[in-house]
Amino acid sequence: MLKVENANVYYGKIHALKDISLEVNEGEIVALIGANGAGKSTTLKTISGLLRSKTGSIVLFDENISHTEAHKLVSKGMAHVPEGRRIFLQMTVLENLQMGAYTTKASEVDALIEDVFERFPRLKHRKNQIAGTLSGGEQQMLAMGRALMSKPKLLMLDEPSMGLAPILVKQIFDIIKELHAAGTTILLVEQNAEMALKVADRAYVLESGRIVLSGTGKELAQSDAIKKAYLGG
Amino acid sequence: MSLITQLIDGLSLGSVYAVIALGYTMVYGIAKMLNFAHGDVIMVGGYICYEIMVSAGMPSILGILAAMVVCTVLGITIERFAYKPLRKAGSLAVLITAIGVSYFLQNAAMLIFGSETKTFTSVVPSFALAIKDLSISGLTLVTIVVSVVIMIALTLFIKKSKIGKAMRAVSEDKDAAELMGINVNSTISVTFAIGSALAAIAGVLLCSTSKGIMPTTGSMPGIKAFTAAVFGGIGSIPGAMVGGLLLGVIETLSKAYISYELTDAIVFAILIVVLLVRPTGLFGKKINEKV
Repeated sequence: MLKVENANVYYGKIHALKDISLEVNEGEIVALIGANGAGKSTTLKTISGLLRSKTGSIVLFDENISHTEAHKLVSKGMAHVPEGRRIFLQMTVLENLQMGAYTTKASEVDALIEDVFERFPRLKHRKNQIAGTLSGGEQQMLAMGRALMSKPKLLMLDEPSMGLAPILVKQIFDIIKELHAAGTTILLVEQNAEMALKVADRAYVLESGRIVLSGTGKELAQSDAIKKAYLGG
Repeated sequence: MSLITQLIDGLSLGSVYAVIALGYTMVYGIAKMLNFAHGDVIMVGGYICYEIMVSAGMPSILGILAAMVVCTVLGITIERFAYKPLRKAGSLAVLITAIGVSYFLQNAAMLIFGSETKTFTSVVPSFALAIKDLSISGLTLVTIVVSVVIMIALTLFIKKSKIGKAMRAVSEDKDAAELMGINVNSTISVTFAIGSALAAIAGVLLCSTSKGIMPTTGSMPGIKAFTAAVFGGIGSIPGAMVGGLLLGVIETLSKAYISYELTDAIVFAILIVVLLVRPTGLFGKKINEKV
């Protein structure tokens, strides 16, 4: 479904991603784990077209998207929930969802909004509220709901658990599993390696811009190196 | 003249400032830049209307429409060739470019239309509305009505329409908007197009009031409207409207009751005081971010 080959990304002179190659197959949950600044978010931004790789290629559904503008990727089935949620804080919950449906056919929007409200009932109660007044957990739900409005085949989530209380983290991961069960392919970036490896079919470990390890979620969860570095012993 | 007449004249002037200020504030909100060439787009609008209406002797409505079309294209062109290449450059580079574009337009107008003042005939047939001993000129009335209609239409457009919502999304977070599938570049173009079309209308109304046009006609109203936008809180649409109206009223009243010569000094002094008390302007946005 998605194949990144040999991506090299620079921020000015800083070489942020070094020869990244990864693959996401249809129906998988793939996790990208690693410490702060390892290049996880940069990888997602490169895939979604916000950043450009100097080399290599990115292929989505057999189409080379290395030079496709970010806004054109949404209708190709990709949705990216960026780090820090980035919902539109001054717009209402409903308007945020409508923005998520920017490329969706108008006739489908109402039904999709209902779907999101069913999945996230708290958003329904707050639909006319300005998004900036939502709690952190609600904002995360809105960010995910907004991404679902484009009916993505590939959903990329950047740190969905960041800053949330443990009970909310569990809830978010439950939703990830539900979306996966409903047929969405997921590329998940997480600092919470333990949770991520539990749900992931496969995972890649990033370290200073390089992929240093990859394998199934189970393999990695049991690997000593990972236990030491990310799972607290 | 009575106070009421002065107030009405002030509202008329202020509503034109408001329409111009909307162009400043919308472009600032979306592209985060001060388009100092905006005032000169007003002047271009005035000249186009003049050429069609006075030189070619065609109906004024054609002059207004032509001015709007030319200014819209001009706005999009300026953005495409002067500002877009600087999207990732520092704000100082963009500011200097905007000032450069402003001089370019003024000098181009001087070459094409000459530097002397030309007599502009009002686009509104001369009539007056008399209520008791109060008389309001047709132009004043039309100016207020047109401006109010523009303000209401624009507010609804931004609040309700799909493009309007996209404009708000882009103004808040370009990358996030891009991830929604919104074409940020074309949204910015649309903003320039709308702002410039409004500037054309404002230009025609201003020239009709002042009865003259020359290449620097747009500078002072441009600066005043910019002041109004800052006064109201730059980036805020209601702010630009209220700021424009207030500025027009203050200017007219101080001309009538304080001093004609000191008017501009008074207007800018009030701006300074407002910014001292409320640095973000009257309606300035203070974002409460929860993370």
